Amino acid sequence: MSKPIWIVRDYIRCSGCRRCEIACSLHHEGWMWPEASRIRVFMPFPGVEVPHFCAQCDDYPCVASCPMDALSVDKLTGAVIVNQEKCTGCGDCIEACPGEVPYLHPESNKAIICDLCGGDPECVKVCQEAGYDALYLVEEDVGVQKKMHALHPYVVAKDLALNLYGEKGEEVI
Amino acid sequence: MPRGYAGKYLDVDLTKERIDEVTFPEEMLHDYFGGRGLAAKVLWDRLGRRWAKVDPIGSENILTILTGPLTAIHPGARAAVSGKSPVSNGTVGSTASTDFAAEIKCAGYDGAFITGKASSPVYLLITDNGAEIRDASHLWGRLGEDTIKMLNAEVREELTKRKPNIGLWKEPSMIYIGPAGENLIRNSAIVTKIAHAFGYGGYGAVMGSKNLKAVVVKGRGPLPEVAAPKTVEILWREYHRRLISRDRMRRWGTGYAGWEVGSVTSSEPVRNWQEEWHDERSFGGPRFSTRYWVKRYWSDFNCTTSCMKISCIKSGRWKGDITDMPDYELEAYLGTNLGIFDPGDNIHLSALFDNLGMSGINGANTMGFAAELYQRGILTKEDLGFELNWGDAEAFTKLAWLIVKREGLGDTLAEGTYRAAKKIGEMKGIDLMPYAVHVKGIEIGAHGTRSDEDYTHDISYAVNVQGGDHTSIAVDAYSEMDDAVFMDSAVVCMFAVDQDLMWDYAKAVTGWDITRHKWCTEQGPRIVTLQRALLLLGGPDIFWDPDRDDDNPPRFYEPLPSGPYKGRTTDRELVERKKQQYYRAIGWDERGIPTAETLEKLGLEDVDSEMKKLRK
Repeated sequence: MSKPIWIVRDYIRCSGCRRCEIACSLHHEGWMWPEASRIRVFMPFPGVEVPHFCAQCDDYPCVASCPMDALSVDKLTGAVIVNQEKCTGCGDCIEACPGEVPYLHPESNKAIICDLCGGDPECVKVCQEAGYDALYLVEEDVGVQKKMHALHPYVVAKDLALNLYGEKGEEVI
Repeated sequence: MPRGYAGKYLDVDLTKERIDEVTFPEEMLHDYFGGRGLAAKVLWDRLGRRWAKVDPIGSENILTILTGPLTAIHPGARAAVSGKSPVSNGTVGSTASTDFAAEIKCAGYDGAFITGKASSPVYLLITDNGAEIRDASHLWGRLGEDTIKMLNAEVREELTKRKPNIGLWKEPSMIYIGPAGENLIRNSAIVTKIAHAFGYGGYGAVMGSKNLKAVVVKGRGPLPEVAAPKTVEILWREYHRRLISRDRMRRWGTGYAGWEVGSVTSSEPVRNWQEEWHDERSFGGPRFSTRYWVKRYWSDFNCTTSCMKISCIKSGRWKGDITDMPDYELEAYLGTNLGIFDPGDNIHLSALFDNLGMSGINGANTMGFAAELYQRGILTKEDLGFELNWGDAEAFTKLAWLIVKREGLGDTLAEGTYRAAKKIGEMKGIDLMPYAVHVKGIEIGAHGTRSDEDYTHDISYAVNVQGGDHTSIAVDAYSEMDDAVFMDSAVVCMFAVDQDLMWDYAKAVTGWDITRHKWCTEQGPRIVTLQRALLLLGGPDIFWDPDRDDDNPPRFYEPLPSGPYKGRTTDRELVERKKQQYYRAIGWDERGIPTAETLEKLGLEDVDSEMKKLRK
């Protein structure tokens, strides 16, 4: 991969199967562990499914916020890399993130953030395989691409609920 | 600890407000697995000797909420509830697909046994730190969608308060009841994910009788360890490759059947089974998909079959109604069986049933029964308070509320088709059994036997230990064992199963030497025979007599009045012959009572003393 990449998300296409969580944790944890996955599908109301993970904001506020210099940007992919040795699990990156994306690993209590699997993300592969295409990979600077800032899952969910359920969507979230 | 299991179960007594943890010996788990099988075993052990006296909707009954060793690790996460059934007085392994099943294993529990009765409405909250009983008085009376909204918000807030620094808490998963379960409607369901129901068996009423509104769970741990993780991972990938290639099921779910089973196989209930054929193309999948489906591929945890589709009505008189699809069963039971052929009306009634927490098969069967009585002038406008004509969705909406609130005649219909037929029959002095389409109190799923073109035949229901349950029928005492009996004990979704890989998967997860043959000849028959024993012990209000009740409803012997198989009907002689074959094959006597020899062979010697009382 020659250019930085990111994962585009088309929320309304998410089936809620959470196979992305399984594939991610198989890769990073060696076993199926949804809550230790770098991608988590929020489900504030049935049908309203929001895959939530790092958006690689252009200004990387999380990296800037870390008092331990535990976070860095991978030059090849553009992913945020957590240095497990340095991270103390203070949670400053969570506060700094506009989408509250990072969270603490259930066992190690250190921040976990999507590392794009080094350039070939497992979540994208399983989502594509199933034909949902809620997640797909794009390269920066190819055509007209515009990356989104990280969003809080409930901000996404509100729009999604309207999109799915019309006026009823205003009530469900 | 056996692999695939989280390792412990919750044992909750709501009367004493006591919560314990229990484990079972490996041998017992090996023999009964989980879900339906383990439920039957625990119910026998704890209540078996006084079974006939146990009131299904009394505090003594045990509600079992179980997973199995394959649950969530195998594609298609599903949970199974059971207990003494308020409709059959036996046990039913009643299952539904839900993230709850994955979540509870991640919290470190394989399930829960709930007995007693809370003094006021409560819900059970399960986390990695154990379970707690919490007040649910503000939730009592709430419809399904409100319950989800309120519990999601409340529990997320509470968990965030307890652990504020870890980042965003994801929503918990839950199973809950609606007003139907609260009001002890015998055919009420336990519901999850707005529209997925544990429908057969009437366990919503069992939950309601315990003053238990919901069970909510949030687990942060991994899924349990397995015996051969690398093998499981390889199988998992291959499994999904196969599921993804099943195009028809993925595109339409069971929704294509609304037209097909009606028109082609001619085995769909129409107007309370007076017919089983229609050629209404309005019930073809596209009428639903183009107008109402807002999400085409909707899945549960670890599933790529995505047979569920979300429907939403965005304008008109039913605006705001949300349900899944409906699937074939509800297309039939809340559609054709009520004379309704309008997809919008069908979606509305499905959404209503979801919200009320009624079983869309069983409760709807009772509505069809009532409508036929109205058609025949046996029930009148004076009895009901309104007219009840076929196809009138407004009237059926009123009837559903009448039943759920137990108002007027609704109080009788709330007892389910069989009990209502007895009661109204006595009231009116007429035998109403010809119109009651059930087997052993359990209303029959939407697949008839008369055309013989569907997968259901002669003895499918007649000797089934779960009565009219179409998801687990009787075949030949062998080939059904690797089907629902295994899948509902393992507990996985039958629409996410690949028979060729399933046994290897089970071996790789548990490390046990599991074979299909052994399941078909030992484990399966053991579970079914135990369920049979409990069903025959029955009570307290109804006792089944196998001579009379191991049979199809009278309607299934009437000739089909219309369609490509006009004139065909279920062959009574064949039923009798196959019934005896079935008994012999599984090792029950000529009246269908398990023999001492069979019980001994299956390791169920302790059941023999109870069976002795039933043998003539």
